[in-house]
Amino acid sequence: MAEVKQAARPLSPHLQIYRWSWTMAMSIAHRVTGCALYAGTVLIAAWLVAAASGPAAFETAQAIAGSILGRLVLFGYSFALLHHMVGGLRHFVWDMGYGYEPQTRMNMAKYSVVVSGGLTLLVWILAYALR
Amino acid sequence: MAEFNLPQNSRLTEGKAWPKPAGAAKLTEFKVYRWNPDTGENPRTDTYFVDREDCGPMVLDALIWIKSKIDPTLTFRRSCREGICGSCAMNMDGKNGLACTTGIDECAGHGKSAGKVAIYPLPHMPVIKDLVPDLTRFYAQHASIEPWLKTTTPAPEKEWKQAKDDREKLDGLYECILCACCSTSCPSYWWNGDRYLGPAALLQAYRWLIDSRDESTGERLDNLEDPFRLYRCHTIMNCANACPKGLNPAKAIAEVKRMMVARQV
Repeated sequence: MAEVKQAARPLSPHLQIYRWSWTMAMSIAHRVTGCALYAGTVLIAAWLVAAASGPAAFETAQAIAGSILGRLVLFGYSFALLHHMVGGLRHFVWDMGYGYEPQTRMNMAKYSVVVSGGLTLLVWILAYALR
Repeated sequence: MAEFNLPQNSRLTEGKAWPKPAGAAKLTEFKVYRWNPDTGENPRTDTYFVDREDCGPMVLDALIWIKSKIDPTLTFRRSCREGICGSCAMNMDGKNGLACTTGIDECAGHGKSAGKVAIYPLPHMPVIKDLVPDLTRFYAQHASIEPWLKTTTPAPEKEWKQAKDDREKLDGLYECILCACCSTSCPSYWWNGDRYLGPAALLQAYRWLIDSRDESTGERLDNLEDPFRLYRCHTIMNCANACPKGLNPAKAIAEVKRMMVARQV
């Protein structure tokens, strides 16, 4: 039989063409915030090490955390933490077997941005109010 | 490890723009993925204009129209044209579905392709030609969950009986037509499709797990107890959003995970 030469099969496009939905976006956001929490935990550890090292080191750590950039990083960290927590609760509800109806699952994903964003603002408003 | 970019031989190039049909009053632009195994060139997207007054309302009607009126080399699978065979599963307007049950007007397009209908094969699959993906692995995964009644007690003289409410547990599961829209919509299946069974196979696994007549529930669960086969599901829900039959593989998978926990406590 004659040998037929054929090119290697290409892989069809995926991420490049798939339309985003809230559930897909929030699943990825859950992962991204989860990774961000590693970095945030390192910051907390550094802050604790500074506190244990003595007043001068703690003074420096406080100054860095209190700077504009420091506050921005802390704001991002608190949002990542709260977003990941709300996402975790959403997944807990799904793992229990609830919230799978088309509208419910979309709303649960959509409102986890609203809720986590709202909680972050609340934390910062409280922090400034109680200072 | 997830590979987000397409391999070198799979990157898309701009294809041919076919001339508009003469004398048509209402035209819709279609951008269609093309790949020809005989040339070995990279895949491309061809542009076609469909005369809507001469064509039926569904995406499949448009593809057949293009094939018979403009370009007979356009290759795609189709058979029943009524959403029961699952042959014409593809990605239209960024979402998986059946071309025969998706209206052309449902594909509104978005961003710079507003008003155009973009058509690709099912995502992250090896392409045989144009819109025809290779589903070999998908079918093998379905076979791996042993989709048939398994019993140890001797077969009854007539049929295996099932109470009405036990039969009702199969509703929303048995209707699956194995079109692969769900599995190929799942990012987890994209990145780990060689080890993760994917929503379609897992929905069928659950269909046999909760069948009151089946007697190998334990072995079926053993077969799924694996970090990849079952637990690569991260409840992304693309499967349930894509299913053209309105089924919910995500929920079925959650129920399988619950059965795993329930048998340990």
